[in-house]
Amino acid sequence: MTILSSVYFKSHIKVRFGLQCVGCSLMTEKVEVVVVGAGLAGSAAAYQLAKADANVMLVERAQYPGEKNVSGGLLLSRILDRMIPDFWEAAPIERIVTGYRVSMLSGKESTTIEYRNSRFATHPRNGFTVNRSKFDRWLAGRAEEAGALLVPGIRVDAPLLENGRVSGIVAGEEEIHADIVVAADGVNSQMAIGAGLREEYNAHEVALGVKEVISLPRDVLEERFALTDTEGVAHLFLGGTKGNPGGGFLYTNLDTLSLGTVLHLSGFERLRAEAKESVNYLRESPLVQRLVKDGTTIEYSAHLVPEAGYDGISSLYTDGMLVAGDAAGLVLNLGFTIEGMNYALASGYAAGETARAALERRDFSKKALKGYEKRLSELGVLANLRTFRRVPSMMANPRLAREYPRLLNTILRDLFTSNVKPRSRLMPTVLSRVLQGVSLPHLLRDAVQGARAL
Amino acid sequence: MKMTLEDRLGLLKYRIDKIPHIVVDAEKCRGCELRPCVAGCPAGCFTLVERELHFQYEDCIECGTCKIVCPYGAVDWSYPRGTFGVAYRHS
Repeated sequence: MTILSSVYFKSHIKVRFGLQCVGCSLMTEKVEVVVVGAGLAGSAAAYQLAKADANVMLVERAQYPGEKNVSGGLLLSRILDRMIPDFWEAAPIERIVTGYRVSMLSGKESTTIEYRNSRFATHPRNGFTVNRSKFDRWLAGRAEEAGALLVPGIRVDAPLLENGRVSGIVAGEEEIHADIVVAADGVNSQMAIGAGLREEYNAHEVALGVKEVISLPRDVLEERFALTDTEGVAHLFLGGTKGNPGGGFLYTNLDTLSLGTVLHLSGFERLRAEAKESVNYLRESPLVQRLVKDGTTIEYSAHLVPEAGYDGISSLYTDGMLVAGDAAGLVLNLGFTIEGMNYALASGYAAGETARAALERRDFSKKALKGYEKRLSELGVLANLRTFRRVPSMMANPRLAREYPRLLNTILRDLFTSNVKPRSRLMPTVLSRVLQGVSLPHLLRDAVQGARAL
Repeated sequence: MKMTLEDRLGLLKYRIDKIPHIVVDAEKCRGCELRPCVAGCPAGCFTLVERELHFQYEDCIECGTCKIVCPYGAVDWSYPRGTFGVAYRHS
């Protein structure tokens, strides 16, 4: 199937797109906007543009949107609520997240902080868990409904470059011309790299997420996590990665759990961690074991995550093209929360708005697209990445995955252990534990780094 | 419940292309000591058999790790052609 033949079969679209059938084999190969990738960023961009009556082609390599996608776990939803008010009433969401947990794991020990807010269950809701194969299909459907032309099953290989500007896309033998292209083709973006907006990532700039989806009867899940109705929990772990920089996560879906790890690729250079066993490393913790007990794994998946923060983002636009979502590296891992899917939506929205303004002025030059950066700042995306630009190197610190969780657990063990001999005074005990756990130069350096980052 | 990698991969649906989307130039792997591809591939597509690197693309779950961790540029990588490759249903 080619792009044009798939357009040809959707004859109702031909009229809207002004595509002409010459001898019914050749059609005008030009649209106003091509969006590459029907993930969150791409569908958000296509939706905004189609709503404004632009003619938009949304090209996706999978058989249907979402088929290739892996949820980062938590969809922070304020931006989508702005685009599609009360979207959750129609969207296939799993649970409304009202509980946030962070646990430090070491050996048989764990320390957990939990924050709950039942107000998150009512307006304005903060975040949801989603199954991307359902959710992305729904969002792309909204874009189609607004008038975008979804073309699934086509892998876009590169931007079409003419006279130093992007003037469309190349997919196999085909070329489609467009006034403007929105590259939302994900973390391995061939579009951003092909247009010279960034280099291929190196091992220090990305992490690998590996997860298992584990089914559990709904009533058991709700009881185990103390949830009422469709409330849910987002749970992050430090430790449990065999000392490799990175961490773990567990999200509650409707009747499944998403359990996984996110490991920095630099950790694979010494065979310290094995990606394919990383979820099982996490399972060695009794806390995790209890949380997933009696569950049945029904899916296994993996996906790369940009982790370099502000210093890792690509140039965001060039003549004739805007880059959005993971393709641009728009992810911020703050340790206690990871902003990624919301940035994909926000950048798709901003790219859509920017492309719309460019269509009105018929100017698609790099200079004319500068408003994209301003919009991204106003929506918090670039501003947050800039504010926390030192966080990624803090999060890549291997001591955060080993020494510090162990230290915290050791101190709490001292506090909670009662013995048949006199207790020592607390402060000296804690201090000596700290100095045993982490060397003083490391401790000072990490404290300064942490203070500057946050 | 702990499952083997084979069991986990067995849960997945694939449409496998006849044309491999990843090609590894094993010549370039000869001098490699680190083998980050073996540790990094979540689908176990890279294996060592008698110190010789073996690769198969059929189980690939399309993450892109191998291309990024390879220090010798031995991995010629792309996504599978449209409609081919892994199909997630619950992720």
